[in-house]
Amino acid sequence: MSVRRTGQPAAPGATAYRISRSTAESKAGLAGSALLVIVLFTLPWWDSDGSLQTPLVVVLYYLGLAQMWNLLAGFAGMISIGQQMFVGAGTYALLQFAEAWGLDPWLSVPAAGLVAAALSAPVALFAFRLSGGYFAIGTWVAAEAVRLLVTESNDLRGGDVRSLTRESLGDYSLETRANVTYWLALALAVGGTAIVVVVLRSRVGLALRSVRDSEDGARSLGIDVIRTKALVWVVAAFWTGCAGAVILLSAPSTTAASAFSVSRWMALVIFIVVIGGVGSTTGPVLGVLVFWFIDEQLSDAEAWRFIVLGGIAAVMAIVAPRGLYGLIQRWRPLQFFPVRRRLIGPGADSS
Amino acid sequence: MIWANAVVQGLLLGGLLALFATGLSLAFGVMRFVNLAHGDLAVLAAFLAVSVTGGLGVNPFWSLLVVVPAMAAVGYLLQRYAFNRTMGPDPLPSILVTFGLSVVIQNALLEGYSADSQGLDAGPIETASVELPGGIAVGWFPLLMAAVAAVVLVGLQLFLSRTRMGRAFRATSDDPSTARLMGIDDRRVYAAVMAVAFATVAMAGLFLGMRQTFGPSDGPAQLIFAFEAVVIGGIGSLWGTLLGGVVLGVSQTVGNQIDVEFNFLSGPLFGHLIFLAALAFRPTGLLGAGRRA
Repeated sequence: MSVRRTGQPAAPGATAYRISRSTAESKAGLAGSALLVIVLFTLPWWDSDGSLQTPLVVVLYYLGLAQMWNLLAGFAGMISIGQQMFVGAGTYALLQFAEAWGLDPWLSVPAAGLVAAALSAPVALFAFRLSGGYFAIGTWVAAEAVRLLVTESNDLRGGDVRSLTRESLGDYSLETRANVTYWLALALAVGGTAIVVVVLRSRVGLALRSVRDSEDGARSLGIDVIRTKALVWVVAAFWTGCAGAVILLSAPSTTAASAFSVSRWMALVIFIVVIGGVGSTTGPVLGVLVFWFIDEQLSDAEAWRFIVLGGIAAVMAIVAPRGLYGLIQRWRPLQFFPVRRRLIGPGADSS
Repeated sequence: MIWANAVVQGLLLGGLLALFATGLSLAFGVMRFVNLAHGDLAVLAAFLAVSVTGGLGVNPFWSLLVVVPAMAAVGYLLQRYAFNRTMGPDPLPSILVTFGLSVVIQNALLEGYSADSQGLDAGPIETASVELPGGIAVGWFPLLMAAVAAVVLVGLQLFLSRTRMGRAFRATSDDPSTARLMGIDDRRVYAAVMAVAFATVAMAGLFLGMRQTFGPSDGPAQLIFAFEAVVIGGIGSLWGTLLGGVVLGVSQTVGNQIDVEFNFLSGPLFGHLIFLAALAFRPTGLLGAGRRA
């Protein structure tokens, strides 16, 4: 790519055009985000009663899941409804590593992600033969098949309630457990957002969006479509698997039915992304805040939570396909985590 | 003998699965539309039948007369005023809308009817059976379901190939803009297709309710079975869908028999594996016209 990077002057004597990603609000956004991350990181020291920490664990791992689904569906055109299979894989991998083999529970989290990434490869062999809506159902079938295998497995005992016992969590105190779980959830959210921004700013990101918009067009430009898709597919599976492990740490008992639940790990994630804004990095952040608010209002009405969130998402998909972020953009083109380059100079449209 | 029995039962179950898959196959064939709420609509129809049957005190067969037209009307209106606005080269909006609808239906049923399993009692026909040579007992009810499925699929195929409206469907499927030039309103064609799809899936839902108990969250499993039948048979072919349903039905009953005999696998899991094998070795489906999903 021969475009100039931010801030570099054009050739001497040429009109002062430059290509830039950053905007005033993106600089403010970056500074604000850094501040927010610091505040969130120190939370266990000042939120002593855990009134924020407990709900935030859920909000943060949902943000991590949402960023990954958005990377697949919003930027790469892979509309998966089977990500719960990687959540479940991460959960059961952690049970196996920490509970059955006695490994360190925290170090087992990335290892659980690797298990999910390994699972994603054979799934891709089948799912990549389908596209659009059939890819969506195909991934769902794969997730169902994995759930049934785990349920029937004599080693994994997915049909029983299984939990992390005190022994497998070693000598860690209850407080340490809660705090480390919280920091892991924070890492899922921040890292998930960072992964999306980094991937999109790379050559792969440009290739991805061209694949999403036209596979044939991308192929004609020399892009290896399958390799590009496979790369993000595996990355998303890895991060989703890590999330599955953290989910188990935060609520240390599970069954295959809840670890592979399509409504908890797929429907809510999709609603978060759609309400916030699919295909933007800021969208999932907005969506998870809406989710948090509605979840607090309807905490004792499980079914209504799904009806309200699902209803809003379905209506938004028709009337505001770019979600809340798209609505804000219509009002003012703000770019907090920009991934697009803009031309700046005399007469150039800065949007 | 038990294996022959499993195969015969599977053939009959295949009829019901094909009836489930018809609407999905038709909607994709004509307008490349994938309705993720398909299975939940079947379950919704079954719940409506519970209310109609209970309210009027009649045999659930009579509720077909109310529920099927009502669901067809809902399908027409939904397509006309909601789904049509999501149609286009990007599949994302339609997937999001129908997935949202799926979750809303499941949870609305949960609120309205509770999580308890329900059933539709069709009377003595549910248990009546006829003995085939060789000692295989075939229930009248599965036989009836398979017959209805065959009649619906053959009827739809004839409708598509012989009638004026069927021609409009096919023309719109081939090239919507040229069809528009010929005076066909594609938005109304799509709405009519969705009405037919809803009617067939409502019928399938009622039969499902008479065959077994069902709950508010059973929809996704039915969607997955329907989808598997469509892909095994070949996308865009109604005959393929019938064949795919039969293959899947036999896989499931044989899988159940394997579970009984060897305590290994289960019906749905064996069906999923056959589906994945079909996808790996014959991605265009048994009767697909070379088109992939």
